[in-house]
Amino acid sequence: MKEVKKQGGLNAEIQSRIGHQLRAMYDDVVRQGVPDRFADLIRKLDGPEAAAEIAKKDGGE
Amino acid sequence: MPLTDSLRDDILASVPSLRAFAISLSGNGDRADDLVQETLLRAIANIDSFQPGSNLPAWLFTILRNLFRSDYRKRRREVEDAEGNYAKTLKTQPAQNAHLEFEEFRVALEKLPQDQREALILVGASGFSYEDAAAICGCAVGTIKSRVNRARSKLSALLYVDGADDFGPDNTVRAVIGGNGG
Repeated sequence: MKEVKKQGGLNAEIQSRIGHQLRAMYDDVVRQGVPDRFADLIRKLDGPEAAAEIAKKDGGE
Repeated sequence: MPLTDSLRDDILASVPSLRAFAISLSGNGDRADDLVQETLLRAIANIDSFQPGSNLPAWLFTILRNLFRSDYRKRRREVEDAEGNYAKTLKTQPAQNAHLEFEEFRVALEKLPQDQREALILVGASGFSYEDAAAICGCAVGTIKSRVNRARSKLSALLYVDGADDFGPDNTVRAVIGGNGG
């Protein structure tokens, strides 16, 4: 019960700042969109076999 | 299900948040993009096991999370001072000269135990429900909730105060009253 009280009352403002910072950091990356390498990769793959093939090659190196 | 064009589009649409998740987890952009690439390859290689109509982002996040954890274990054996290297990476990153606070936040986030960090990111930044986050991490909903709470307490301790008790006028008032009375 003590724990709950601590977090609810005193830390409300701090918790909201943490939430903002976390989302700011995350959304900063989200806003970068899809880098070309991934768009190309997904376009290139015509099916599971092609993906498995590349995955195997990458893993083996 | 087969890899249809619309499924392909949906996978592509998840890439920005997969990258954000990977960077938040690993703290390293290059490694994060390798993780995303491997996630995409695994996902498409195993697309037959994806249930149409189920939560595609959650499925992709699960793959990435599992890859990160196995990769992390491998690397920890290889590089003992991974943490130190990570801190260096952060400091030398040519940030836009802006937010010291932002950097401090990233460093603090990296100090959290992995279980807590991923739970906090999934719920607090990716916007997954506790239920989805629990499914992604393969644990109970209550476990996710307590990890998120612990992550928040730890971050606030690292970033702002060393403990709830140091904060606010109450203690001072109480001390004065106590002193006078005692």
